[in-house]
Amino acid sequence: MQKEYSGKPVFSGIAIGKISIYHKKESVVKREKIDDAEAEIKRYHAASDEAKKQLGELHDKALKEVGEANAAVFEVHQMMLDDLDYQESVENIIRTQGVNAEFAVATTGDNFSEMFANMDDEYMRGRAADVKDISNRVVGILNGAGAGGFTATEPSILVADDLAPSETVQLDKSLVLSFVTKGGSTNSHTAILARTMNIPALIGVDFNEEGLEGRLGIVDGYEGKFIIDPDEDVLTSYKEKKAEEDEKRRLLQELKGKPNITKDGHEINVYANIGSVKDIADVLTNDAGGIGLFRSEFLYLGCDDYPSEEDQFRAYKTVAENMAGKKVIIRTLDIGADKQVDYFHLDHEDNPAMGFRAIRICLKRPEIFKTQLRALYRASFYGNISIMFPMIISVDEVRKIKEIIKEVKAELDEEKLPYKDCELGIMVETPAAVWMSEELAKEVDFFSIGTNDLTQYTLACDRQNAKLEDFADSHHPAVLREIEYTIKNGHKGGAWVGICGELGADTSLTETFLRMGVDELSVSPSRVLAVRDAIRNTDLSVGQ
Amino acid sequence: MKEFKYTITDPQGIHARPAGLFVKAAAGFPCKVTISKDGREADAKRILGVMSLGIKQGMEITVTCDGEKEDEAAEALEKFLKENL
Repeated sequence: MQKEYSGKPVFSGIAIGKISIYHKKESVVKREKIDDAEAEIKRYHAASDEAKKQLGELHDKALKEVGEANAAVFEVHQMMLDDLDYQESVENIIRTQGVNAEFAVATTGDNFSEMFANMDDEYMRGRAADVKDISNRVVGILNGAGAGGFTATEPSILVADDLAPSETVQLDKSLVLSFVTKGGSTNSHTAILARTMNIPALIGVDFNEEGLEGRLGIVDGYEGKFIIDPDEDVLTSYKEKKAEEDEKRRLLQELKGKPNITKDGHEINVYANIGSVKDIADVLTNDAGGIGLFRSEFLYLGCDDYPSEEDQFRAYKTVAENMAGKKVIIRTLDIGADKQVDYFHLDHEDNPAMGFRAIRICLKRPEIFKTQLRALYRASFYGNISIMFPMIISVDEVRKIKEIIKEVKAELDEEKLPYKDCELGIMVETPAAVWMSEELAKEVDFFSIGTNDLTQYTLACDRQNAKLEDFADSHHPAVLREIEYTIKNGHKGGAWVGICGELGADTSLTETFLRMGVDELSVSPSRVLAVRDAIRNTDLSVGQ
Repeated sequence: MKEFKYTITDPQGIHARPAGLFVKAAAGFPCKVTISKDGREADAKRILGVMSLGIKQGMEITVTCDGEKEDEAAEALEKFLKENL
C-alpha cells in the first residue's frame, strides 16, 4: 500500500531505493554523585581532548568530500569545546553539585543550546544543533556508548529523526542515495552538506519509522515527496524521470566546454533560443556558444503600451553584457493578431498566421520599428549583437529595412550615441524566402531557418490543428529539400545559414543537416548538450 | 586601552566560521579583548560568547583592547574585520 509524506526539499533530484533507518548513538545520561570532583574534571578534559581529536579527523575527511568552507564547521566545533565559558560551566557543575562529568556536560550543552535556540536569527538557531552535537560527542566518549549507524548493505534512502553534522560526514556515502529527516532546517549543516554532496534530501517529514527498514522508497527532491511502497505506475514514472535526470547530468559532465565537432573534424556552432532575459542563466549553464534566437516579443506582451526605447535598450544591453562577447541574435518583433497586444490596435483576422504581422507591421509603422532598431543598435555597443528579421518574403522588404537602418544610424550619429555595426540576417520561414534565397543571400549576412512556420506554410498545415497530425510530417522531404536549397544558396551568396526551428534539436536529423552544410543550430537551452553529443558522434567521412 | 568601532558588512553577520577565526586572532594577544554591541559585552576570546551577541549585517560593534600589546591587537583585529566581515 503506497504511503506518501511531504517535506521540505533541501536539494533536488530523485532517489529510488530501499529505506534504511539511522539509529542514533545511545547516550542516556544519568545524574550520579561522585566523590572526587578533581578526578572527574580530569576525566572530562580527557574526553574533551579525545573529542577534539575526532573532530580533527572528521574535518580532514570532510575537507576531501565537501571542501574547505563546509568542513570548517568541525573547526568551529573544536573551538566550542575550547571555549572557556563552556569549560567553566562543566567544571562548575561538577564541583558545586558533586556530579558526574556526563551530566555536567549534557547540562552545559543543553543550556548553551537553548540560548542559541532562543535567538531571533535563523542562522544562530541552527547553531543550537552544533552545541548539542559536540556535547553528545563528549558524553558518548565518557560513557563509551556505541557508535550510531545504519545497517544497509546496498545504496539506500537514509531516514532519521535528525542528523548532526558529524553524523552526516561520517556516513559511508557509497551506501546513501538520499536522506529524509523529521527535523532539520534549510540552513543546518546537514542541508549544506547534502547540497554539496549532490544528494536529494528532505527535511521536516513527519513519517512513522515503524517497519520502514528495507521497504522500497522514492524521494522526490523537486516536489518534496517521500513515497513508501510506490504503486507500479508511480514507480515507472519516477524511474523515467530519474533516467532523464541521469542523462542530463552525464551530458553536462562530459560535454561542457567541449567543441561541437564531428569525428572527422567538422565544427559548427550550437546556440540557444530564448524568450526572456532570465533565461540567460540557462544558456550559460548549458554551455551554448551564443544565442541564436532571442525572441523580443516579451517586451511587448503583457504591457498596456509600447515599450519605450529606454526599456528596450536596457533589456538588450543586459543580454549583450551577460553573454560577454558571445553572439546574441535578436529577432525584431514577431507579433500578430493572434497575440494579446491591444495597444497595437490590430484588426481581427481570420487568418492571423498569414496576416498583418511581424516585419509587415514594422514596415507599415516605422515609428515602432525605429524605436526597436535604435535600442538594438545602442545596445550593440556593449556586446556582440546581430539582428534578425522575421517573416521575410522578398528582397524588396530587406532593401526597405536597410534604408530605415541607414536613417537610424544617421540619427544616432547626430545624437552622438555610440553603437557598433551589427550583422544582419533574416528568418527563412516562408516558401517565398526559400525560392528567393539566392538573391536574399546577397543582401544579408546570414539566414536562420524557422522550420516551425516553414513547415506550416509549405505543407499548408495549421501548426495548432491536432487533427492534422498525420499530414504534418515534420520530416517531410519537401521541408528537408527547402532546407538544403536554402543552405546552398546562402553559401553561394556569402551568408552563413543556421536553423532555429524545433527541427534543429531533432538529433535524428543532425547528421542530415551537417551533410547539407548547416553552419549553426540554435535550440532550446536544455537541448544544447544533446545536440553537441549527436554532432560529436557523427562521422561525415563514413558512407551515407 | 585602545578602542575602535566597526560596522559589519557581511550579509551573514558574525557567523560561525569567521567568529572562530576572530576568536583565534584575539586569543593570540596577551591583552584583554572585549567585543560589545548595544551595551552587551562579551570576551572576544570566547567563541560562544561572541556568537551569543547575535551580531548581524549593519550592526556596529566596539572592540576594546586593554593591556599588553593593545595597539597591535587593535590594529590586527580591525584589519581582520575589514577583510572578513
